[in-house]
Order: sequence, then C-alpha cells, then structure tokens
Amino acid sequence: MTSKQKEIFLKKRYRAENRFKFFGIFSITLAVSFLGILLFNIFSSGLSAFFKTKILLKINFDEKKLGININTSEKEIKASNFNEILQEALLNLDLLTPELKKIELIDIVSVDATYELKRFYLKHKDQLNKMIEVSLTLSDDLDQLHKGNFPRDIPEDRRRFSDFQLKVFDEQNAQNKIITEFNFSFFTNADSRDPELAGIGSSLMGSLLTLLVCLILSFPIGILAAIYLEEFAPKNKITEIIEINVNNLAAVPSIVFGLLGLGIFLNYFYLPRSTPLVGGLVLALMTLPRIIIPCRAALKAVPPSIREGALALGASKVQTVMHNVVPLAMPGTLSGTIIGLSQALGETAPLILIGMVAFINVVPFYPIDPSAVLPVQVYLWSESAERGFVEKTSATIIILIFFLAFMNSFAIYLRNKFERKWS
Amino acid sequence: MNLTIITLIIVFSLSCFFFGKTRVSNKIKISGKKFNSLPVYYGYYLAAWCGLPALIILFFWSFSDLYFIKFLILSDFKADPTIDKNKLNLIFTEIVSIAEKKFSGQIPKNLVPYAERFLNLNKIFELSKLAVISSTIVFSIFFSYKQILKNIKARESVEKVIRFIMFFCAAIAVLTTLGIVLSLLFESIKFFTVVPIFDFITGTNWAPGRAFIRDASTEIADVENVFGAVPLFWGTFFIAAIAMCVAVPVGLFSGIYMAEYARSKVRKIVKPLIEVLAGIPTVVYGFFAALTVGPFFRALGETIGLDVSSESALAAGIVMGVMIIPYVSSLTDDVINAVPLALREASYSMGATKSETIKKVVLPAALPGIVGAILLAVSRAVGETMIVVMAAGLGARLTINPLEASTTITTQIVTILVGDQSFNNPKTQAAFALGITLFFFTLIINIIALQTVKKFKEQYD
Repeated sequence: MTSKQKEIFLKKRYRAENRFKFFGIFSITLAVSFLGILLFNIFSSGLSAFFKTKILLKINFDEKKLGININTSEKEIKASNFNEILQEALLNLDLLTPELKKIELIDIVSVDATYELKRFYLKHKDQLNKMIEVSLTLSDDLDQLHKGNFPRDIPEDRRRFSDFQLKVFDEQNAQNKIITEFNFSFFTNADSRDPELAGIGSSLMGSLLTLLVCLILSFPIGILAAIYLEEFAPKNKITEIIEINVNNLAAVPSIVFGLLGLGIFLNYFYLPRSTPLVGGLVLALMTLPRIIIPCRAALKAVPPSIREGALALGASKVQTVMHNVVPLAMPGTLSGTIIGLSQALGETAPLILIGMVAFINVVPFYPIDPSAVLPVQVYLWSESAERGFVEKTSATIIILIFFLAFMNSFAIYLRNKFERKWS
Repeated sequence: MNLTIITLIIVFSLSCFFFGKTRVSNKIKISGKKFNSLPVYYGYYLAAWCGLPALIILFFWSFSDLYFIKFLILSDFKADPTIDKNKLNLIFTEIVSIAEKKFSGQIPKNLVPYAERFLNLNKIFELSKLAVISSTIVFSIFFSYKQILKNIKARESVEKVIRFIMFFCAAIAVLTTLGIVLSLLFESIKFFTVVPIFDFITGTNWAPGRAFIRDASTEIADVENVFGAVPLFWGTFFIAAIAMCVAVPVGLFSGIYMAEYARSKVRKIVKPLIEVLAGIPTVVYGFFAALTVGPFFRALGETIGLDVSSESALAAGIVMGVMIIPYVSSLTDDVINAVPLALREASYSMGATKSETIKKVVLPAALPGIVGAILLAVSRAVGETMIVVMAAGLGARLTINPLEASTTITTQIVTILVGDQSFNNPKTQAAFALGITLFFFTLIINIIALQTVKKFKEQYD
C-alpha cells in the first residue's frame, strides 16, 4: 500500500468514526425532541382548560317571578326555579330576537347557569328585587370559540353554534361582557356530559384513594418480602422459585393483572366493582415486585460490617436486621416505593378491566364508592367527540404529569439527601 | 362490620401489648424474678396471640360467608329442574340487589322471600362472626397470658412469627402468579370447551360480536368461525415490529453514545431526560398517538396521495417505539459499561478508532446483554395496551399495510371486557383465552431475556 492509499484509507476510517458519532448524537436528539414535542403538544392544548369563559348578564332577581321572598328558607330556594329570570335576562341581550331564534339565545349559556344563579342568590340574599350583573358560564362551544380552539370562519352547518349565537357573542364581547376566569370547578367538579361542567374532582379523589389502598398493602408487604429474601431466606428451591416469580411478575403486562382482578377479586370474591378498593388491590399486586427489587438493592448496599457489629454485641438475627440494617436502608426503600407508586398512578389498562371506566358524576369519599382515576379519565374523555373535552384531556394529563414529576423528584431528593454512601 | 372488627382487634392487640410489657416489667421490679426475654417481647407475644388468630379467622370468614349464603339460598333453585343451571348466578345477584334495595325495574315476586332470607342469613353470619372472633380473642389472651406466667422464651416465639410473616409476604409473589395462571386458565378452559383450541390458534376470522347474533340454541354452531385469533397475533406482532424499528436503532445508538462518547456532564442531563419517556403514562402516549400523530400521518398521506386511515398501525407503532426507547437505551448503556475496560484498551493499542473498537470489540462482547435488552423491549411492546387501544383501531384483518387500522391481543381484551359482562358466554371467556396467550408469550420472552442478561453479567463478574 502506498502512503497515498494509506492516507485515503485513514480518512475513510475517520469519516466512519464521525458518522458513527453523529448517529449517536442524532438518536439522542431524536429521543429528546420526541419528549419535547409530546410535552409541548400536551401543554399547549391543555393550559386553556384551566380557564373558563363567562358572560356578564344583568339579572333581575324579581321575587314574583322567583316565587320567593326575603324569609324563604334555604331549602325552598333550592327547590325554586331560577330559569325564568335567566331566560328573561338572556332574551334582553337582543330584544329583536325572532321567536324561532329564542332557543338559540338561551343556549349560549351552560345548562348549569340556573344553578349558578341559585348559588349566587344564596350568597347574596340582599339582592332580591334588584338588578345586578352576574357572571355565568358560557356554553362549551362558545367557550372553545373564545379560546381560539375552534375556527369561526367555517360554514354554519359544520360548527356547533349558529351565526345568530356568534353575532350575539361578538356584540357582548365588544361590550367587554365576556370575561375569563380561573376554572376552579375543573378541580372540584365530577365528570359530566357537558365539557364546560366536567371536572377531575372525582377522578383525583379516586386516584388518591386507589393509591392509598395500594400503598397500605404494597409498602409493608413489599418491604417484609424484600427483607426476607435478602436477609433470611435460606438458599433452597423455594427461595429460588420466589425470586424467579418476583422478577417475572415485574415484567408481566399490566393488563394481565386486570384480568386477575376481574377473574378473582370480582368474579370469585364478589368485591365491589369500579371501586378504589379493588383497583388498589390490583395495583398493589402489580407494584409489589417493583417495590421488592429496589428494596433488596437498598438492603444489599448496607455493608456486612454493620450486621457483624450488631451480631457481635449479642443481638439476634431479627434484632440485627430490624434495628440496624433496615433503618440504614430506609431512604432507598422509600424512594423505591414512591417510584413504584408513581407507576401505579399512571396505570390505566388493569383499572379499565375492573370497571373503573364507569361514568361517575359524584365525588367518592370511601374506598368502596365507585370512582374513576386520572389516567382512566384521560382515556374516557379522549373518546368523547366534543371539542371541549380535548383541552380537558390535556389538562388532566398536565395534572397527572405534575403529580408524577412531584413524586419522582421527591424520591430522588430522598435518595440524594439521606442515602449513605458506603465506600 | 369488618371495619369495626378490625378496629376492635387492633385496639385489643395494642392494649395487650402494653399490658404484657408493663406486667412483666412490674414483676421484675417487685419480685426480682428473672424473665427469659425483655419485657417488650412479652408485650409483642401477647399482642400477636391476640391479633393474629382473630385476623386469620376474619379473613377466611369474610371471603367464605357469601359462598355459604349463596349455597343455602340457591339450594332451592338447584332442586328445580326447570331452571337453567347457568342462570343460577344471575338469580343470586338479583336476590342480592333486591335485598339491598338496589333492584331496578319490576321486582319479581317469587324472589322477595329469598331476599328476606338473604338478609336474615347475613345477619346470622355477621353476628356469629363477631361471637367467634371475640371468643377467639378472649381465649388466646387467656392462653398466652398463662404462657407468660410460665416464663416462656417470648423473644424466640415472636421472632419465629416475624419470620413466618416475612416468608408469607414473599410468598405472595408466588400466590399472585398462581392466581394469574389459575384465573386465566379457569375461564380459558371453559372457552376451549366451546371453541376448539385449534380453531382459536389457526382461525383467521375474528368477530366475537357475531357470537351474539343468533339465539342461544344456535350459538354453538355460530361460534365456530368467529374466534380465529390469527389476525390478532399478526396485528400484535406487526405493531410491535414497527415499534422495534423505531426503538432499536434510536435506543441502541443513544445507549452507545451515552456509554462511550458522552461526557459525564452531558450524560447526567440526557440520561434522566430520556428516561422520562418511560415514566410518562401510556395513556398519554395513546392520547398523543390518537389526536396528533394519527391525524398528522393522515394529512401527510393526503398531500402525497396516499389513503391513510386516521387509526393506523403506523401511528400506534411509532409512538409505542418512542415509549420503548429508554428501555433499550438504558439497558444498552448498562451492558456496555459492564464490558471490561481491558478489552477496549487492547483494541486501542492495536490502533483501532473508537467506533471500530465499539463495533468490533465492545458490541460483540455485549451482544448477549443487548439481545436480552431488546427481548425485554419486545415483551413490553407486545403487552402494551393503552396506545393500541386508543390509536390502532379495532379492525381485525390480515394486512401488511401499516397505513390501515390494525388490532392487537390487548386491544381486543379491553374491547371485550369494557362495560358489564356476564361470565357465562364465550365472548368474555375469549378475553381470558387471549390473556393466557399473552401471559405465556411474554413470560417465555422474559425468561429468555432475563437468563441472557444474567449469563452475560456473570461472564464479566
């Protein structure tokens, strides 16, 4: 080989080197940008759900029309009908409304508006027989229009609000009667068929209860199992079988745990369907191996000298482990548990199978109340046709990701802050 | 009821603990008598005797009483030859819902006395449960206190109990596997008595909805051609393959770069960032695939004149691939780091460039580990549910066109089991048959993968 050929060959080799390195950088950039696109997409479409559009309406709390007076009890007020004064106020927006269009005018506010009026009145009873401006939730379609999530320049028959409603909306907007408020009800309301009323209250509570059941079951059992396997288990066939089982269970698809829950907990033990109790049970079984494995690693990291020291002072094996080894392994154990729970929080498929996809319009308080959970709420809303549910879904995802990020960073904090390095 | 009993047991156990502890320490103080163990162990001893037997009885009682009640109530119906045996469960749930006043619709008159009987039996069982448990508590406290007075070696007994509880907790993993296998097998066997296993594995037509169209008398004849699972196996394989096409190259190169090239500062930022991809719930990926990626491909297809379905195997597969990237990259990273430095140094000393060393020395050495990592990723892809449920569609067809909708085992399980279902029809049981197929398939892949990784690690330890 001449020196020139050698040089060409060398250049070729260096080019290959650079190419290889470029592939690596390219892959990493690709993976990170996927993450970026995903998060950007969710956040950009979900943030608007934290706000809702309201209209300021002049309402006349006429006691004759309401059929109540100053002394009417709260119970009777709740039973009375605020629809008439609401409709009157709405029709006053455009006095020239033709008879046929009146229903469209009434439809610009949410179906919840009469109840909002009622709640307003219960707080301001002194407003009886007075004219006052009240802010009422707009219907979902106009809400989406106002947020710019829905194009206004498409033909009337392809959108869910009419030209007439659009005209009234624009007039009110020009008079600054359309306002945007922080959407508190999104956090407190239960699910609803109407997007402007739907909230994550029930699924947030459901997730909390499910996770609580899961924690109560999986944390002690997981830690005790890890201690047994790491510290006490004799080297025999039974231990080997248990270890293989733990490792395999960690890789079993989550949906199989759902089938287990359906086949055993619901069909065999008759536990109540759609409840956090069963959900927590299923998730606990799923989380167990994911807790046992990091716990064992944490126990293994405690140096033998600690055990030997305790044993030398006359402690029994159980005393050694419980008083000396486990406390030192606690930070690792806790962070492992939290990460396991955060995976359980994001789990959907097994919960769908045990019936946690039901439409729940009340907020649950006990583990035996039917409820939904956050990820299942995402699934349910993503199947809905209304445009308003898209931003709700994204907003739910934002909340879910927020919780996951919080739990994971707490776990990392615990590990970095309290874990002792032995070396 | 159960909650009250549990609270009762806890209160009793706690008071037993303090009672035993103070009692023994007082005795030591007053009479100077020597005990075998520290006072606190006598407290534990007493508490364990008080709590454990009662809890065990409570556990088994609560799970079995409904069975006894059901047996007692249904014994009348079983004797009646005019009633279909398969409807017994339905009758029982009706009776229960009448008793709990949750029955919707016209209440069948003939069931009302049974509902009353159900309530009565329930009451009897509850009361006898309370009686049995309280007498157990009293008896065992009495017994264990006598033992304490005999100065038994309390620490040893307590430690034995602790060890046994720990062993039981570890054994729950085995029980879970057993539970999975049994529950799946139980329903699957029922399914395979109606639908031959051969038809299930080789049939190419999947339309479980049709199993319902005819009435009950012809159902069996109708069941024959609608439970062919081959399209589902194909769809699962196909989508997993698309996912691996994304995940393997990207994950592998990311892992290699992170292990061999990246400076530790870059690594510290990038590695967790990529791992975030694995921490995002799958339902989020499903939403992203269904609402963003699917329509994006559809629009892209329209501009170049291709007909892309908005629910396509391609969209689901690619998004799934993105989800799997960190599984491949992290494991690759670990595996490459486990390859001894000496191998690399030998290669450098021969004048090889870094990439040549990686390609010719490090990767071959790490190959078993990488294969294990990829296999684990495949098992993830096969078992993944939400992405395909939300983005891959439901059409069970044998197609190699990634632009069409496709369906998978997991999608069908979810579709069949969403909502109320009765357990006595082949459609529901089919979901369990699919489940057991999925379970064993992923189990085999996992075992192979874990073994290869383990062997690889042992090789360089």
